[in-house]
Amino acid sequence: MAKHWWKALAVLILTYTIIAGFTHKIPIIGTNGQSSRGLYFHVPMWICMYTMFTISVVNSLRYLAGYDLRKDALASAAGGVGVFYGVLGFATGTLWATYTWGSTFTSDPKQMLTAVALLIYMAYLVLRMSISDIDKRARISAVFNIFAFALLIPLTYIIPRMVDSLHPGSASTPGFASKDTDNNMKAVLYPAFLGWTLLSVWIFTLVVRYKKLELKNIFK
Amino acid sequence: MINKAFSFCCTFMLLLVSLLADAQQQNTEKGPVNEFFRSNDKIYVIVGVLLIIFTGIVIFLISLERKISKLEQRDRLDR
Repeated sequence: MAKHWWKALAVLILTYTIIAGFTHKIPIIGTNGQSSRGLYFHVPMWICMYTMFTISVVNSLRYLAGYDLRKDALASAAGGVGVFYGVLGFATGTLWATYTWGSTFTSDPKQMLTAVALLIYMAYLVLRMSISDIDKRARISAVFNIFAFALLIPLTYIIPRMVDSLHPGSASTPGFASKDTDNNMKAVLYPAFLGWTLLSVWIFTLVVRYKKLELKNIFK
Repeated sequence: MINKAFSFCCTFMLLLVSLLADAQQQNTEKGPVNEFFRSNDKIYVIVGVLLIIFTGIVIFLISLERKISKLEQRDRLDR
């Protein structure tokens, strides 16, 4: 029981997030209306994705340092869960955009570059599937993973901040940064980050257990 | 099986992005769905967002369960 407490914590925090997310008082700004509440559900998806991709690249580096296949299993599990969260973030974002930006797909730099970054990570998963030799697969995909992470940060974080974008947090729109987020919203937003991230780690541990079981003949 | 589904998803996403990247028409259409999402200060957009996340997690669980079943079957054959 002792090692499961954080899962209960995740459920508790997410319960709070969902209830408070829909009932807390928020400022009504422009065309957003009540849809600003998407902040508590859309943004944490990306936080989960970044967490997973960071775990993934760290374990790829650790794999390359010692060629331990367990690290490769961790990296691939985190990569898969990260893509899953990226797709969720993208899907929730497109729905939100449909009713605030006026179109599901715009030529918005953040939306487009995020799609590119996600495709690079999908290529990582496809690359893994295309090599049947386990050691070769681990090495090549570890190197590709480092390349993908090196592109992820400029594509999704740096470039959208340098150009004009409809998405908050660009050159022309200040965005929901620490200085301009409403204090009421922060009381829900930060627990939301923690709760969703814990949930993603929970999912990640399940996938890791599956991957290790799949390769148990090799690990023995 | 998983390979096929996955490559389908990737192709689909690529197609969506490339086809709709320059689709600039404004979504100002009326229609019952659009009216519904815009009603009550757009709160139903967030209900939709939460529903997408929930559906995603359920699909993930189902795929994980299927993978584990396959593993169990393999173990039974090995024995």
